[in-house]
Amino acid sequence: MPDFLWYALLAGIGVALVAGPLGSFAVWRRMAYFGDTLAHSALLGVALGLLLAINLNIAVALVCLLLALILVLLQQNRFIATDTLLGILSHSTLALGLICVSLFGDTRVDLMAYLFGDLLTASRADVITIFTVSALVLLVLILLWRPLLAITVHEELAQVEGIPVNLVRTALMLLMALVIAIAMKVVGVLLITALLIIPAAASRRLTRTPEQMAVGASLLGCVAVMTGLAASFYWDTPAGPSVVLSAGGLFLLTLLRRQPA
Amino acid sequence: MPELLVDARAVSVLRSGRAILQNADLQLKRGEIVTLIGPNGAGKTTLVRLVLGLIRAERGEVWRQAGLRIGYMPQQIHIDPSLPLSVKRFLALARADSKAIDTALQQVGVGHLLDSPMRGLSGGETQRVLLARAILRRPQLLVLDEPVQGVDVSGQAEFYSTLSQLRDQLQCGVLMVSHDLHLVMAATDTVVCLNQHVCCQGHPEAVTSHPAYLELFGRDTRPGIAVYTHHHDHSHDIHGDVVESDGDREHA
Repeated sequence: MPDFLWYALLAGIGVALVAGPLGSFAVWRRMAYFGDTLAHSALLGVALGLLLAINLNIAVALVCLLLALILVLLQQNRFIATDTLLGILSHSTLALGLICVSLFGDTRVDLMAYLFGDLLTASRADVITIFTVSALVLLVLILLWRPLLAITVHEELAQVEGIPVNLVRTALMLLMALVIAIAMKVVGVLLITALLIIPAAASRRLTRTPEQMAVGASLLGCVAVMTGLAASFYWDTPAGPSVVLSAGGLFLLTLLRRQPA
Repeated sequence: MPELLVDARAVSVLRSGRAILQNADLQLKRGEIVTLIGPNGAGKTTLVRLVLGLIRAERGEVWRQAGLRIGYMPQQIHIDPSLPLSVKRFLALARADSKAIDTALQQVGVGHLLDSPMRGLSGGETQRVLLARAILRRPQLLVLDEPVQGVDVSGQAEFYSTLSQLRDQLQCGVLMVSHDLHLVMAATDTVVCLNQHVCCQGHPEAVTSHPAYLELFGRDTRPGIAVYTHHHDHSHDIHGDVVESDGDREHA
């Protein structure tokens, strides 16, 4: 197997591992649209990174983190429905990102790579970055697992029981921003949410506890990365969309099974 | 004199410039049951949220005993169908070990539900499980938001008798919101009738002696429920403002 394929495989698996539990929370808390909004803003991070000539991963993570914090503040004010707010921010930031990339980026910028991922050009450095961030996010998720579940089930009950709800909720959003920054390389800003949501939704149909579902989502994500890459290698299909489509196929397969309670 | 747990003095809460709670007072004591009644929009939930510390009052203050452990039973719970959660796991979220979980479920009479999925529970079973979660941390104060909503009268009587036993076992104070203006738990020490401010408060009358109750439910209904008859010295206009009353008028 050629080196580039190994790197692609490792990068994909590194993201899939962390996308499982994080995506489970996105499904439980109905945060799909929120993930989309953060992901769309990632392109703005790319433009900023190119403009300031800093590491693109860091620039993307920073912009996502900033947007996540803005969203937390705006949501607390509740002056507008959350989905409307997300719709406004999601598409405005995507449009702004597209304009900035075309204005500031030079001709070498491959927009398609940012929109749909560029897994096959993953480098050794990319793999290291992805595994570092992935391990960090997984560690925080494990440490915050019970409070995260508690606020997902009932926020006020959790607060009365002494869980710092705002802090935990903000932490979850920040983790999501970090994962989006590393997932952009794999599936691109337009398909990141799919990588979070689809394996988790598929795993739901096979499992009976929150932990089983999270681990199952990671495993299904890894399977999707492998089959997607294989398809890409043999049939020359674009890698990112192939991974997402494999995940979609796995979800369809799980529909054959009745959902346990 | 029973130990004071919570003392809310002259609290007011405004939303969009409008008062939802005006100069309300509420005292909760160890071992005592307080039932909060009032029409929709009277500020019952707001007062409960103040006691729980979920919101702050614009005016007045809420004093809580230092380190007060509160067990809270919310009105309802919505768990997304995508989250597989058994009763045991749900209760474990309160940082409890399996022995404590077993005991709490037994105490509220649904020990057999331990491994059932939360989503499969009936309304009455869900209420019992929520009550189990509330008592898991051995609270000094139990706060229940409309615990018997949608439960028929005999179910209410059963729930109240469980609650009364729990109060005796835990020696805790109880604050309960009732969805009914007239039927309350018989063991209630004080009924507080709220309509933005405290309209009146007092003891409920014993069920067995009240003709209105007997007429409705007959003599063989289980005890546990009482009737609270109230006479106000004032009325509220459509904005909720206090107006002079033309004589004693019974609460509608």
